[in-house]
Amino acid sequence: MPLIATTQNNRARWEHFPHGADVGVRGIGASRDEAFVQAALALTAAVCEPERVKAVRKVPVSCEAADEQILLAAWLNTVIEEMSARKMLFSRFSLQSRGLRLSAVLEGEEVDRLRHAPAVEPKGATLTALRVARENGLWTAQCVVDV
Amino acid sequence: MNIAKLDRRSEHAWEIPKRGRMRVPAVVYASEALVREMDEKVAEQITNVACLPGIVEAAYAMPDAHWGYGFPIGGVAAFDPEAGGVVSAGGVGFDISCGVRALKTGLRAKDVERVRQHLARRLSEIIPAGVGSTGELHLSDDDLDKMLENGARWAVERGYGRPEDLDRIEEMGRMAGAIPSEISRQARRRQQDEMGTLGSGNHYMEVQRVSLVYDVKTAEALGFSPGDVIVSLHCGSRGLGHQVGTEFVQRMAEAAPKFGIDLPERDLACAPLQSPLAKAYLGAMRAAINCALANRQILTQLARRAFAEVLPQAELTIFYDVSHNTCKLEEHEVGGRRRPLFVHRKGATRAFGPGRPELPEALRGFGQPVLIGGTMGTASHILLGTPESETRAFASAAHGAGRAMSRHEAARHWSGSRLVKELAQRGILVESPSMRGIAEEAPGAYKDVDAVALATEKAGLARRLLRLEPMVCVKG
Repeated sequence: MPLIATTQNNRARWEHFPHGADVGVRGIGASRDEAFVQAALALTAAVCEPERVKAVRKVPVSCEAADEQILLAAWLNTVIEEMSARKMLFSRFSLQSRGLRLSAVLEGEEVDRLRHAPAVEPKGATLTALRVARENGLWTAQCVVDV
Repeated sequence: MNIAKLDRRSEHAWEIPKRGRMRVPAVVYASEALVREMDEKVAEQITNVACLPGIVEAAYAMPDAHWGYGFPIGGVAAFDPEAGGVVSAGGVGFDISCGVRALKTGLRAKDVERVRQHLARRLSEIIPAGVGSTGELHLSDDDLDKMLENGARWAVERGYGRPEDLDRIEEMGRMAGAIPSEISRQARRRQQDEMGTLGSGNHYMEVQRVSLVYDVKTAEALGFSPGDVIVSLHCGSRGLGHQVGTEFVQRMAEAAPKFGIDLPERDLACAPLQSPLAKAYLGAMRAAINCALANRQILTQLARRAFAEVLPQAELTIFYDVSHNTCKLEEHEVGGRRRPLFVHRKGATRAFGPGRPELPEALRGFGQPVLIGGTMGTASHILLGTPESETRAFASAAHGAGRAMSRHEAARHWSGSRLVKELAQRGILVESPSMRGIAEEAPGAYKDVDAVALATEKAGLARRLLRLEPMVCVKG
């Protein structure tokens, strides 16, 4: 059974799906961008509850890839790089993409080990179970993250 | 795994015969019980590995194999550069040179029992562990270059350890062939404050006692007896290695069509060994190996600090340090002649038999130590490579207990705080900032490590020397 968190509009949501050693993250939304945002929330949720992360600092980022599938991995890896280098967690994402390029603003705060009690450290988004697709009017963006 | 689809080669060797796009067969080394317990994905992934260009002999899965990405965790494959062979960033993984280091202490279990609480607390205070932790060093770009070039030797020169430590580390503490200029700005940025940090997930530092000796004569010759205290640490190349893996998996996946490689799975991203991309990856990966060796060296010195405060009579010396996520150029006999091969081990330990020149002189007569890390509630094992190991899976053995349950499922099954209490009642102190992390790493989420070590021996991959039980476990 996937772990599901639903956001306000009741359409966009994230899920975790099981993987042997790591964790599968899945974002679902009305647009590809929204699905990517939800996948990033699922990434944060692999570490701690996103509700515990205050959006007090903004970090602008951008990335690109050779195809839509790898763009998802590149996006999540960009978030992971900022988490790792800045020792931050993020709970809010504003994202705009055009074709195979995207730019975004990540909002979050520095890790507070007591308040966040982070469970695992994401190492990188893999290309396993990688899927970006539109089905029944909703976009799904998913992959396995090495933790 | 459905054993009906496998040909049984022997009691502990199972073959997936060559078919379809497979260039070689795949072989799983394990007991029947462990094979039955393995995820079908292991068979699928090791079959995919067998399809890669230039693969030699067979694709192998170790007794602790489980579902990974690209390669299964516990996957071994060797590639011939003269036969169109490849190097695969996915075949090494994100945590490049993740490995285990075992330290002798000169202590007996009863010495630790008296001060166990104090020792656990000081280790958890001194060892930076968990998400967001930073080390005591901040590295400039120049410092990073020196570290990436020189590995544990750099750390010793900076005062973290003694020159004799280097004798007991694979590659004598320094992986040759590193190209620091291939390490990106992003990877450097992730590492500049992370030297000497443990990480999280399945990484740990444990104080263990020798609970069982399988070969008394050899153990005595190596200075071990039941009740001895050992410190083991499991961690890798931290953010730098993760970033190198991330970047090259993407680059190789995007470049595969250009090389005419039709990947069965994109995480098997690879490049022909003769290509500039492969040479860039090998240079970056070797630099990341040096990062891991330096990291474990710094952590060793931090452990020494904690022990010096609590048990000043302790003398922490390195028994051995072995990496289990690597690609190394090694000579192996295939088809009656010795050939240089690029051996990928992803979640697998090198297990050279006695006499190999790569082994430290003091261990050359015994075979390469294989350090199998277990769980915080069960056991770890030390094994040794044998002459027979050299004829199996390019001298490779298991690396850990191997997960039997996803993190997701484990977190639903166990409560971290309850586990900590239960383990304390059994005399095992666990220090961690995250109770969810503890639940995800519950001993029950792993295979039976004793069965993995036994299968490793029965399959002829390595022979058991010591069984170690945890007394203190520090996790991120």
